[in-house]
Amino acid sequence: MAPITTAHYLALSAALLLIGTIGVLTRRNIVIILMSIELILNAVNINLIAFSHFWQHVNGQIFAIFVITDAVAEAAVGLGILIALFRNKETVLADEVDLLKW
Amino acid sequence: MTDALFFYIFGVLVLGGGIFTITRRNAVHSAISLIVCLIGVAGLYLMQQAEFLFAVQIVLYVGGIMVLFLFVIMLVNLDDAAKQKQFNGQKWIALLCVAAVGAEIFYFMRKGADAFQVAKAPAAAVASQGNTEQIADVLFGQYLLPFEIASVLLLVAVVGSVVMAKKRI
Repeated sequence: MAPITTAHYLALSAALLLIGTIGVLTRRNIVIILMSIELILNAVNINLIAFSHFWQHVNGQIFAIFVITDAVAEAAVGLGILIALFRNKETVLADEVDLLKW
Repeated sequence: MTDALFFYIFGVLVLGGGIFTITRRNAVHSAISLIVCLIGVAGLYLMQQAEFLFAVQIVLYVGGIMVLFLFVIMLVNLDDAAKQKQFNGQKWIALLCVAAVGAEIFYFMRKGADAFQVAKAPAAAVASQGNTEQIADVLFGQYLLPFEIASVLLLVAVVGSVVMAKKRI
C-alpha cells in the first residue's frame, strides 16, 4: 500500500463534505439536515488537522477547537428552534414550513 | 504500512457512517450512523498526533451533541415524518450540482497532490512537549481573546436555546 500523505486526508475530507452537502440539499427531515451540518463541520476539522500535522504546528488544532465550539452552539440553538417549530406547526419537514413562500 | 491500514479502516467508518446518516429513513438509525462516523473522525485525529482533539471529539461529539440529538428525536414525534417521502423535489438538481463541485475539487486535488507529501518528522523542539501542553500554551497565550469570545458565544447559545424551547416567553 502506498504511504498515506496529506492529500489522502484532503480527499477523504472533500468526500465527507460532499456527502454532508447532499444531505443538506436533499433531505426533508430537519433533524437529519442538522446532522448533515455536523458532517460538514467534521470534514472541515479533518482538513485543519491534516494541515496542522503537515506543518507540525498546533494552530490548526486551535482553529479546530473553535470550529467544534461553533458546532456545539449551532446544534443547541438549532435543536431549540426545531422544538419550538414542532410545538407550533406539528411538523419536522423542511418544505412544509413555507409561510414566507409566495 | 499499519498507518495505511488504519487510515483505510477509519476512512471506511467515516464515509460509510456519513452515507448511512443521510440515507436512513429512521432518524435514530441516522444518529447511530453519525456516531460511527464521528468515532472514525476521532481515529483520524489520533493518527495525526492530535490526542487532545481526539479526546474532545469523543467526549463532546459522541457524548454531548449526539445525546442532545437523541433527546430531541425522542422529544419530537418523528413517526409521521418517517412514513413520508424522505427526499425533496430538488434532489436531482442538487445531486448534479454536488457532482460538479466534487469533480472540480478532485480535479484540482489531483493536479496539486505532489505538493502534499508525507509530513516530515517533527523537529527536535516540538517533541519536548505533549500535544495538550502545546495547545494550552498557544490557546491561553496567543489566542486568549478568541477563547473569551468563544465563551461568550456559548453563553449566548445556552440562553438562546433555553428561550427557544420555552413554552411561553
